[in-house]
Amino acid sequence: MQRSRFLYCLLFLSMTLTSVKADDVEQQIKQIKQVQKEGQGNQAASQAVQQLSKADSSALIPILTSFKGANPLAVNWLCGAFEAVAANAIAQKQLPADKLEAFILDKSQNPRARRLAYETLIKVDPEATDRIIPGMINDASVTLRRDAVQRLVDEAKALEKAGKKDEAKQIYQQALSGATDDDQVKAIVKPLRALGEKIDLQKHFGFLSDWQIIGPFDNTERKGYETVYAPEEKLDFSAAFEGKEGKVNWKSVNTDDDYGVFDIAKELSPYKGAVMYCTADFYSPDEQSLEIRLGTPNAWKIWVNGKLLFARNEYHRGMVMDQYSVPVTFKPGKNVILLKLCQNEQTESWAQRYQFQLRIARPSGTGVLSEKPEATTQLSR
Amino acid sequence: MKNESIKLLIPVLAVCLCCGADWPQFRGPLTNNVSIADAPPSKVDQESIAWTADLEGRGASGPIVVGDKVFLTSTTGFKEDQLHVLCFDLKTGKQLWDRQFWATGRTQCHNKMCVATPTPASDGQRVFATFSSNDVVCLDLDGNLIWIRGLSHDYPNASNSLGMASSPIVVGETLIVPVENDDDSFTTGLDVKTGIARWKIKRPRVANWTSPAILKTSPEAEALVLLQSSEGVDAIYPQTGETAWQYEEGAGRIPSTTVGDNTLFVPSNGLTALTPGSSSEPPKVLWSEQKLSPATASPLVYQKKVFTVNRAGVLTCANPQTGEVIWRLRLKGPFSATPIAAANHLYLVNEKGLLQVVQLGEEQGEVTGEVDLKETILATPAISDNSLFLRSDKHLWKISSR
Repeated sequence: MQRSRFLYCLLFLSMTLTSVKADDVEQQIKQIKQVQKEGQGNQAASQAVQQLSKADSSALIPILTSFKGANPLAVNWLCGAFEAVAANAIAQKQLPADKLEAFILDKSQNPRARRLAYETLIKVDPEATDRIIPGMINDASVTLRRDAVQRLVDEAKALEKAGKKDEAKQIYQQALSGATDDDQVKAIVKPLRALGEKIDLQKHFGFLSDWQIIGPFDNTERKGYETVYAPEEKLDFSAAFEGKEGKVNWKSVNTDDDYGVFDIAKELSPYKGAVMYCTADFYSPDEQSLEIRLGTPNAWKIWVNGKLLFARNEYHRGMVMDQYSVPVTFKPGKNVILLKLCQNEQTESWAQRYQFQLRIARPSGTGVLSEKPEATTQLSR
Repeated sequence: MKNESIKLLIPVLAVCLCCGADWPQFRGPLTNNVSIADAPPSKVDQESIAWTADLEGRGASGPIVVGDKVFLTSTTGFKEDQLHVLCFDLKTGKQLWDRQFWATGRTQCHNKMCVATPTPASDGQRVFATFSSNDVVCLDLDGNLIWIRGLSHDYPNASNSLGMASSPIVVGETLIVPVENDDDSFTTGLDVKTGIARWKIKRPRVANWTSPAILKTSPEAEALVLLQSSEGVDAIYPQTGETAWQYEEGAGRIPSTTVGDNTLFVPSNGLTALTPGSSSEPPKVLWSEQKLSPATASPLVYQKKVFTVNRAGVLTCANPQTGEVIWRLRLKGPFSATPIAAANHLYLVNEKGLLQVVQLGEEQGEVTGEVDLKETILATPAISDNSLFLRSDKHLWKISSR
């Protein structure tokens, strides 16, 4: 009787301690998730993260789960705690591999938390790669999906080399369905086109190719960046305005470039000291949180439905696809995108580019296409 | 102090002297590229490689050394958005830990650059790592997170499409982080304990890849921080960010100002030597010399001489009082890494990974050793433990005497 009472007490004490520890972990996570911009909440979060970093391996899954709903700063704080706890767990051979694998496979969890869990798991179980990665071809985690795409590209290349063209084509197509990084897309599209497939890269990436454009307005001494010209106040496609070189009207332009590049200097004129406005519609079936992804070597401002989203006063520091990613919430139906694109007056050969490319994508990088107007206009009231 | 205490201290001091000193930030303890406590090998060859550690991902940041640990940064992922702070054992090269974070700012860089270009810094208790994305991480020496900031997350127009490269420095309890670019351009002083800004000052809106330097005119004088930009050099008080004085004659945006013998050597109008001013007095120009114009590598002041390396890979030694050229030596360039100095030798590593050791003489410099590491090296090496520490994308090396 004495012995069982002792065991009962021990069990109760252990449960209490576990519960207290779990409460502590929860509190520390809560504290960390309160960090905000400009170091707000840093002092409390710093204390919490240092405590949390000393937790045992039972804290790993709660930390990963808490990535959901955390802002990008808090995600990094949580990441720091996770890595410290995981390193200790690995050293003590106490990493809960099964739980981590289940977490990775749970697609409702935060994509970055799942990637972190994966990178931790394969430190102790490298073979997990073969179990996990093939199922990630359309995953929300950019990096898990990238790994899955790469496996398919390698497989397709081997099939192609073995002369199995039809099978290779099928695998390449499967790989393309998940590929969003340009290097992988190029590695897939080149052999697919050589195998006779037609691929619409604009559609694949979600580039907008049809625009209305007006200009040039004056940007002498870069003053046009802050000057509010008529298209910023109202979009009236029938109106003509006084531009830098006389009357200007809206024109319809489009691009058939694979990467949606519209080259103002080549297609219209190599304007210098100029402002051009470009507008396009994006039809959304529902309210959607997406990203506008822009590439340009010129200074720019962008509005959606009349609201300024972002502006960048930088010239000629390069242009690449997805150079800027601006989060946007589209309303159901028609959304009007207005881009102000400013060219400076520099005369060097490297300062002559006047162009842009713009696509709509999910945060994962997958392109999103505008729906047909008739499918959405009834929602747009 | 009691005799017993002195007896206890003697072996501690002896160990410190034998082991040399830390190399806690870009260009060393005083940001002047010089080690006074260590003597790396004066003749190097393949057998001088004490150890090599494998690195993943990309990085052009230099190593720093604190105690028995070497710290580095790198990035992984297609978009270089996975940010790593790495720690290695000084004696063996064994990786002790790797902590990973995600970029919260833009990671676009010129092909020659990468997101892990700034060299980390340490105050001896903490390691501070910054990246081109303007994320700033503070860890203890065991890899436990103390705080993290996302400066581009907070100020989304603080970025550079060619990449940010300026390295942070620590002065007292302030971490100075330059975030200078074409748009939202600033430098901030962060509290080392919390990461909260003590100050944030606006800076010229022009892309800038130079790193701050420390100016301490005497042991008693308050340290000033030199911020270089296309407009010139500002000397600021590290605790407040207030300006002590300005040199407004313009300066380069890649090689950085170096301090030696209470003189500033500014990449401006070739190379310009300045004697520091005070809050009421601007600095005086001693001389400007086009022949001493540095390319990417910053100038070096050592043993009462000033050295620069030009685009053609020519090392020039000059009189720091007059700018007069004393000797020139053609080396195998080009160089991105800044030369470093110890024990009467200069150590220069070119972009192709060729380490060249130059012995200094009054009349001439002489190459006394070479070792080809056969990998691109852009980062300035570190000196500690009587050794050199070099990094490329793929490896970290320790070069020691046999």
